[in-house]
Amino acid sequence: MLEGTITLAHGGGGRLAQQLVREVFLPHFGNAELARLNDAAEVLVQSNRLAVSTDSFVVTPHRFPGGDIGSLAVYGTVNDLAMMGARPLCLTAGFIVEEGFELDALAQVAGSMAEAARRAQVPIVAGDTKVVEHGSGDGVFINTTGIGEVVLEPAPAGERAQPGDALVLSGRVGDHGMAVLMARNEFDFRADIVSDCAPLWELVEALAQAQVEVHALRDPTRGGLATVLNEIAGAAQVGMIVQEATVPVSEAVRGACDMLGLDPLYVANEGKLVACVPAQEAQRALRVLRQHELGREAAIIGRVTASGPPGRVILDTAVGGRRVLDLTSGEQLPRIC
Amino acid sequence: MKFVDEFRDKEVAQTILARIHEAAGRLQKPVRLMEVCGTHTVALFRHGIRALMPEQVRLLSGPGCPVCVTPTAEIDAAISLARQPQTVLATFGDMMRVPGSESTLLKERAAGRQVLVVYSPLDALKAAQKRPDHEVVLFGVGFETTAPLVASTALQAQQRGLRNFSVYSAHKLVPPALAALVAADDVRVDGFICPGHVSTVIGSQPYEFIPRDHGRGCVIAGFEPLDVLEAIWRLLRQIELQSPQVEIAYRRAVRPEGNPEALKRLSQAFVTVDAEWRGLGTIRRSGLEFREELSAHNAKERFDIQTRPVADPPGCLCGEVLRGAREPEDCAHFGTTCTPEQPVGPCMVSSEGTCAAHYRYGEAGRRVEA
Repeated sequence: MLEGTITLAHGGGGRLAQQLVREVFLPHFGNAELARLNDAAEVLVQSNRLAVSTDSFVVTPHRFPGGDIGSLAVYGTVNDLAMMGARPLCLTAGFIVEEGFELDALAQVAGSMAEAARRAQVPIVAGDTKVVEHGSGDGVFINTTGIGEVVLEPAPAGERAQPGDALVLSGRVGDHGMAVLMARNEFDFRADIVSDCAPLWELVEALAQAQVEVHALRDPTRGGLATVLNEIAGAAQVGMIVQEATVPVSEAVRGACDMLGLDPLYVANEGKLVACVPAQEAQRALRVLRQHELGREAAIIGRVTASGPPGRVILDTAVGGRRVLDLTSGEQLPRIC
Repeated sequence: MKFVDEFRDKEVAQTILARIHEAAGRLQKPVRLMEVCGTHTVALFRHGIRALMPEQVRLLSGPGCPVCVTPTAEIDAAISLARQPQTVLATFGDMMRVPGSESTLLKERAAGRQVLVVYSPLDALKAAQKRPDHEVVLFGVGFETTAPLVASTALQAQQRGLRNFSVYSAHKLVPPALAALVAADDVRVDGFICPGHVSTVIGSQPYEFIPRDHGRGCVIAGFEPLDVLEAIWRLLRQIELQSPQVEIAYRRAVRPEGNPEALKRLSQAFVTVDAEWRGLGTIRRSGLEFREELSAHNAKERFDIQTRPVADPPGCLCGEVLRGAREPEDCAHFGTTCTPEQPVGPCMVSSEGTCAAHYRYGEAGRRVEA
């Protein structure tokens, strides 16, 4: 257990900064390239089709059931690569740490990142640390940039979704967002909800190996399933129709959302994907996903259509009604009464 | 019984719907039913029920959205409280983006003022305990559902001698607003779907005057799809049998006598006063103000808040929409200059506002063809 806290000197580039790298980051991220501690990492790549993605992570609280800011920082970026049909090759990790943050807490974050990186089979080859004055940050912010090799040919893209495509969702929605919300401890009720934080490349690879034609792929993070469906529909200028009753949602998430007046379709996920595949491939895609531990609850939730104004997503509700499933503006807020 | 699933049963829903269509077919003339409560408006849209209604049944949204009926002057008051030094303004999340005359609580927070979003009034009390060097003021918005807990919180503050905690009461009561609605000539409503959670507190008796003096029926409904469908069917049946009455369809949560404990808290903390409702004007004895014994925790007594009455933005039809006199689509701002991202009036801001619901769920809730 490391003692002490981060000081401005740890970000200064001198002895303390080197000590931080050696004592906190290297032991966890340990790989040959990183250990060389050069100004940049050298990565050998065979392919000429690369994908690059970057994301920053500011979640509070830092820890929540099922993960923490560290694991989120790894999975978030490798999943963005996976949605391009790219196998992750390497990650960078940039930290902005607030003066006074516990060294041990930082080591724990590094440990989570390392474990996530192992699970995602991606090395963290470069990093950076800056320290800001107390009050200028929220403990720790992390940025990760990932490079991947695009394996799917052609690469999935929103605009490739076509009328007739089936919408295949890899599992239940709402777990991550609700787990984080509950972890903020603002509510007087408890719920058994765990973040679904997980790396998605294996699911995508399974689809690729089974030669399932994938037109579009998205992971429904902030804004939830409804948002990515709208994004795809907008990019491809198509319509969509979704059957509410087929979208898997856990009882605990449904109950918590109901209490707060939130809609699970708009709640964030960190270990799910939705794919647009040709109708005749849908059942096969489902079988492939369900064979993987992350896809056991995969379901076909709707289809892409050619009717109605382009970009419009419709929901067939559980009671047999019908309404538009639109983009939401800003965050959902728990209701007053 | 898991309410969330059982009350969304598709087969039962279709059965009730069939009955609604049958009853509608026997009507002498089209009817207009008002769902008073914003949560009902959202439920009707969200589950696509509006689109399933027969032609002869028109659903109007009412003023049961506490965010929407809070006058601009009260938003300005909350903002001016947030601007006081060493002061934390605690508010329910929905109030953050409501436009005041120049700013919003969200903008104030972005500008560095201390605005704390709370889920429960007790969180504001906790904040006051944690920060004895700050004044904490709770912006008390809500109807009879919320007011008892705010009452409790103020009484607790008094018991504990928590001197830095106060409440700005913008609380309002639903039955007087309904009285004003039925008394007004311009909107014909043939039956009311009454708010479920307000009724949990006040019971069914306060609505009796509506069938008795005005010959219109009331059904107190829950918020699941089957609840609202049942309420609509019961109202149609009352109309057909010409027997207007107050019915409790939400029996799992509402008793005729309401919640005596909650009502007691209300009378311990509050007196009834005249209050201004956005769009409805001043309604007699429709607001709640703290009793003198609680003046130490009444923000209006502790702070010198100057506000001017503010006219609604030109062209904003929130007032008429709240009374059921106009639809959001009738407003020139709707969907153009007034959107959830850039709202002009509160009906577009609140997640339970009529305009926001029409905008989000689209196509005026009418038949959505796929």
